[in-house]
Amino acid sequence: MQAHFDVIIIGAGHNGLVCGALLAKRGKRVLIVEGSAATGGAAGTHEFAPGFRASTAHLLHLMPRALITALGLEQQGLRFAATRMPTTALSAEGNHLSLAADAVAAASPADAAAYPAFTARFTRLAGALRPMLGAPPPRLGTDAWSDRIALLKLGWQVRRLGRRDMRELLRIIGMNAYDLLEDNFSSPLLKGALAFDATLGANLGPRAPGTVLTWLMRQALESADGNTGLAQPVGGMGGLTDALTRAATAAGAEVRTGTRVERVLVADDRVTGVVLGSGESLLAPVVVSNADPKTTFLDLLGPEHLDTGFVRKVDHCRARGVTAKLHLALDRLPAFLNLSQSALKGRLLFSPSMAYLERAFDAPKYGEHSAEPALEITVPTMNDPTLAPSGQHVLSAVIECAPRDLRAGWDGSKDAYQALLLDRLEALAPGLKESVRAVELLTPLDLERRYGNRGGHWHHAELAFDQFLFVRPVPGAAQYATPVQGLFLCGAASHPGGGVVGENGRLAAQAVLAKAV
Amino acid sequence: MSVKETELPHFKQPLLRTPFHNRARELSQHDSFVAWAGYTTVDVFTTPEQEYFAVRNATGVFDLTPMVKYRIKGPAAGRYLNHLVTRDVAKLKVNRVMYTVWCNDNGHILDDGTLFRLGEDEYWLCSAERQIDWLLDAAIGYDVTVEEVTEQVAALAVQGPTSCWILKQLGLAGIEQLKPFDIGRFAVEGVEVMASRTGFTGDLGYEIWMPPDKAEFIWDRLMEAGRLRGIRAIGSQALNAVRIEAGFLMPHYDFVSAESTVRLGRDRSPLELGLDWLVDFKKGHFNGRRALVAEQARGVARRLVGLDVAGNKPAHSALLYTEESGRQEIGFVTSALWSPTCKRNIALAIVNAPHFALGSKVWAEIYLNRELVWERRMVQAEVVEKPFFAPERRRVTPPADR
Repeated sequence: MQAHFDVIIIGAGHNGLVCGALLAKRGKRVLIVEGSAATGGAAGTHEFAPGFRASTAHLLHLMPRALITALGLEQQGLRFAATRMPTTALSAEGNHLSLAADAVAAASPADAAAYPAFTARFTRLAGALRPMLGAPPPRLGTDAWSDRIALLKLGWQVRRLGRRDMRELLRIIGMNAYDLLEDNFSSPLLKGALAFDATLGANLGPRAPGTVLTWLMRQALESADGNTGLAQPVGGMGGLTDALTRAATAAGAEVRTGTRVERVLVADDRVTGVVLGSGESLLAPVVVSNADPKTTFLDLLGPEHLDTGFVRKVDHCRARGVTAKLHLALDRLPAFLNLSQSALKGRLLFSPSMAYLERAFDAPKYGEHSAEPALEITVPTMNDPTLAPSGQHVLSAVIECAPRDLRAGWDGSKDAYQALLLDRLEALAPGLKESVRAVELLTPLDLERRYGNRGGHWHHAELAFDQFLFVRPVPGAAQYATPVQGLFLCGAASHPGGGVVGENGRLAAQAVLAKAV
Repeated sequence: MSVKETELPHFKQPLLRTPFHNRARELSQHDSFVAWAGYTTVDVFTTPEQEYFAVRNATGVFDLTPMVKYRIKGPAAGRYLNHLVTRDVAKLKVNRVMYTVWCNDNGHILDDGTLFRLGEDEYWLCSAERQIDWLLDAAIGYDVTVEEVTEQVAALAVQGPTSCWILKQLGLAGIEQLKPFDIGRFAVEGVEVMASRTGFTGDLGYEIWMPPDKAEFIWDRLMEAGRLRGIRAIGSQALNAVRIEAGFLMPHYDFVSAESTVRLGRDRSPLELGLDWLVDFKKGHFNGRRALVAEQARGVARRLVGLDVAGNKPAHSALLYTEESGRQEIGFVTSALWSPTCKRNIALAIVNAPHFALGSKVWAEIYLNRELVWERRMVQAEVVEKPFFAPERRRVTPPADR
């Protein structure tokens, strides 16, 4: 039978769009199929109350400049409402701390001296990992020269840090963020805020091993040359994914929204296409899945096409989401105690100490949500008034921690949790509750229902040493190709990981071009 | 006594006793018991020779209760098993048995065993190893239940040229109509038993499956029914001899389950074990298929073959060489036997490519302990066809009345 397309991509999240745009640019006939009515997935912007729009992923800071340029996203309308947004660590008492290098003095004189040196060195160490994040992971145990060279390159990047920095990198890379910060700083507020970045989106508290690794990765991507720092696209994150969608269609890719893929078709151990929810079959020799590995392998493909050892690894792949998202429609600007207007244009972290943060991460271990949540807050309307009716505002907050599998179940608990969160915010910004016009709370279970990521994890698969680089998401599918010929992964669970990075999509496109079509 | 009945911590629990234990103990002249799959079972009752000849000339009775049994039920049971094992389970009809192997992702054997289709959606899988973890993980995405039923079923192998006659005497009317790998249901004085024409001897023979609380009753009736036809309880040593003649593989002797090997290269694929006929590449995907396709394309590195060894000294654990000088090692013997029925010195051996072709001549290094003095012999051996012993009576239906 005649194939309808060269490549079908399941899911129009940012990675699916990047992958599709790049393949279309190379002349492939590409179809991107999206189950929701709009493209973007969790990196989209949606109207959560009449006239109020919010982005589930609310800050752009990891996508490499080179990728934005290569895709011509600015020509496709990508604009930034804010770049290099400042970060402020909130304190309940109003003694906030700006994390700008020259402002940390407020914490303690010792920290003020240590902070710039620490940041510089940490950025240097993270830089050694950066090339690895923009390349396909090498395979282990093969005789292929490409794999050996990739491993040698990785070793070389670390070695050329020089002896002292190499030792330091190897010393800290397996450590937990708590110990590292404890070694370097004294201010609880500073340490709490930095530890928040090390653990954001993960199911790992600051005392969990491997949290320095997640922090290094974040730092490596964020600090790359030409990057915008913490940024907010005009129109929210949807501004980015809309530009990506336009880039894909301009390159010739077809994007079909509101179309669910029911399953992946296989014949003679090769992918032959997909079956849509409507029952229609679309044929293509290559299918790239932007979905998480459990959805891709267990639901869309089916275990009958896989070996049991592989299915076992997929089934065991850790993806327990503990990060929730809160969107508030406000009729006026929130008034945080003792906080300047300029700080409100940036990012506010509420993680007053590492002990506080660790306790927030403790709750999910027992199937509970944290009564004292850690928060990452932005007020996107400060930079982009188009996101709310004139004079009104949106507050967007990332919440740590609330588990997908709440022991009491979310059905009867969500309202109480929402009230708890509003109380906590009220304490930080008195009068806020009165100004709330609408609330949208997305628990990890809601995120799973809305975006289809099984487990409700932001990164599709936990980012930790055992699910990192050449074993991400699982051995046997870590180089975008999967055991079934013609089926590829491009989602957040593939290397380098979650966050609005886009490299996954680019590297998957590379793998498709190298292996198939 | 079952595990559940004991209050002892697991490391203090004694070996389990099969429902035939008391009868076996009465007949055991050497008190020679060995551990098998967590049970204590008889190694030798009288002498291995006497028991061997019972199987080949009359009937031997072997207690195979410790054989691990899994019940697999559900609408997707057939599809599940087809994904699990290498043969095409869709071809297995109700009340039929199939010998098969199953592999891990690398195409290496986890175990071999027999698959019984008891109903439209119900199967038994009998195996040497406990592997509920693998079977349950293999069930991800399939509407099946998998449970171990080893303790719920007692089983006897009744094997040898007079076995059919004896079972008819026992009251299994119509058992002579069972073709090899057929399953039938019978009653012995009102006690329901299942019989399958299966076995591990390469001879005429049956396996009788019964409720554990009726085990002693059936044993007593069986021994009585066979008294005039030379029936005899046999232990694992005699069974090992007859299965080598039949060319059957014994886990832990001829291969090690891939999940329990520690060293690289010690696991075996069905192609290496000469079980190509069990691997159905056309049936769609199954566990290990991709690895086996690749292995078939590049050719196997070694193969398990039958050897005809010169002389009459069994080549136990012998290393194999290309030349008498012993300069180039090319394999090793896994099982060896002086076959009293074939009057041949036979062995099963793993031989490296390309020396495993039929007719290849190799040299075996045999060590003999003669009154505490070790002697070394280099003897020639030839790669020959298996099985070494395959009498017509194993297949004839109905079997001759004797």
